[in-house]
Amino acid sequence: MTVALGILLAAFAAAIGLGLLARRGHTMSLEQWSVGGRGFGTVFVFLLMAGEIYTTFTFLGGSGWAYGKGGPALYILCYGAVAYTLSYFMLPVIWRYAQAKRLVSQPDFFAAKYDSRGLGVLVALVSVAALVPYLVLQLKGLGIIVSEASYGAVSPTTAVWTGTAALVGYVVVSGVRGSAWTAALKDIMILGVAVAIGVYLPFHYYGGYGAMFEAIDRARPGFLTLPATGMSPAWFVSTVVLTALGFYMWPQYFAGAYTARSEDVFRKNAVLLPLYQLVILFVFFAGFAAVLTVPGLKGPDADLSLLRIAKQTFSAPTVGVIGAAGLLTALVPGSMILITAATILAQNVYRVLVPTATDRAVTRLARALVPVIALLAVGLTLRGGEALVPLLLMGYNLVTQLFPALLASLGERPWATTSGAFAGIVAGELTVAYLSLTGATLATLAPGAPQTLKDLNVGIVALTVNAAVLTTVSLATRRRPTW
Amino acid sequence: MTGSPTPARARRYRWLALLPPVALLGGIPFVNRVHPLVLGLPLLLAWIVGWVIATSAVMGCVWMLDRARSRADR
Repeated sequence: MTVALGILLAAFAAAIGLGLLARRGHTMSLEQWSVGGRGFGTVFVFLLMAGEIYTTFTFLGGSGWAYGKGGPALYILCYGAVAYTLSYFMLPVIWRYAQAKRLVSQPDFFAAKYDSRGLGVLVALVSVAALVPYLVLQLKGLGIIVSEASYGAVSPTTAVWTGTAALVGYVVVSGVRGSAWTAALKDIMILGVAVAIGVYLPFHYYGGYGAMFEAIDRARPGFLTLPATGMSPAWFVSTVVLTALGFYMWPQYFAGAYTARSEDVFRKNAVLLPLYQLVILFVFFAGFAAVLTVPGLKGPDADLSLLRIAKQTFSAPTVGVIGAAGLLTALVPGSMILITAATILAQNVYRVLVPTATDRAVTRLARALVPVIALLAVGLTLRGGEALVPLLLMGYNLVTQLFPALLASLGERPWATTSGAFAGIVAGELTVAYLSLTGATLATLAPGAPQTLKDLNVGIVALTVNAAVLTTVSLATRRRPTW
Repeated sequence: MTGSPTPARARRYRWLALLPPVALLGGIPFVNRVHPLVLGLPLLLAWIVGWVIATSAVMGCVWMLDRARSRADR
């Protein structure tokens, strides 16, 4: 037990150390702090982009879904591949424009393309509203991982406070360079851990993959495929499409693209990342192995399946290493979220309100906002109950609403008008809020519709409303002066 | 990629990139079964893994063709 705790502490110290060291030799302007001076090559951009693959949600949630839901969990394996294909064509266009205009945030892009600071403020508010629940999720995951892997020696509350303090420290000092350096450590550890347990567990308990899946199929017929209604193939396909469109709308990955040295970096990444994300497969194997081995985890407790089966199978030092890898999956995305939210508030809200603000003042404010946002997230983490998953899904839906306006802006001149983009985003977000608050699905909205339609992910509704409003308003306001 | 934009028809091979996502998702209703297991994996999972690997291969081809094209342009 003390061994496990020692390993957790060592990983934690290494992450902080790397995070602080990353600053060496760089003076921290906002451009350095937020987008690494646009000097990152394939490896660092790869690591930042791979951050989305291994958040605590994938580590705990991926195995948790495989354990609790079976077949439908496989959507997590699909959306990345679709999103990377999209990124091959989309990210170079975004990067070229951001480079020319020296943009540092996602709202910057919308404000510049549509020549409207107001649109920048709108996008900034949407982004931050989506980022906070995402950060809360990372912190909650961190609490679970550390308390489980330390065999209860560290309480989730202590873990959340300590983890957040470390995050704030290296983020304020090193900015996105700190994230990139700790991401390297994280990915080495998670690769090793995921492959090791994903290979070991099925062979140890069942004698192989085929035997494991046969055993699960016998005990729980239908568990390994998609059900005919509910999370059916229609649900699966619509969810993959929505998630893939929303993927790069997350402001931290959008701005992560600005860190690249050249546009070819994205093309190489689009080739490599689909293979890399196959490592999630091994996380699934661990979750599937747990189905018959540690049965009985219900509801949100399914997220504990990976750590529970690990504790039942391995000695304390191994559990410590697994926990340390899990800890890093919370720290790296957490740091990117903090940098992004702070940059957005300083650059796209404060600077608009106070146009006379100097670059130095904006940089200082961005760094000063880091502990404020972190404290807010800690407060929500420690107070919040089970309402997190709906919040995260709402966050995903919120950022996905930026996609139509982005797509319409990618040409030489935006196809949509500023008012069209504004109206589309607002209409989409209001629809998301309504759907989330009422818990409506297509089955409740259109009870008479065919089953396939009823099973579609309800996010499709918001995106359709958004695109329709954007198009209508744009056509109505074409060739008239916009404000 | 650098320099003057190439005519759109010259990059027809880029449509190749559509193949993996369309096949991956379009096939889902037809492979929603456990048996036959492929390399020990349920058919649904094997289908997904296969197309994720194919995504990488296809994007690799598109990338190489793009590079050859931009060298030829120079």
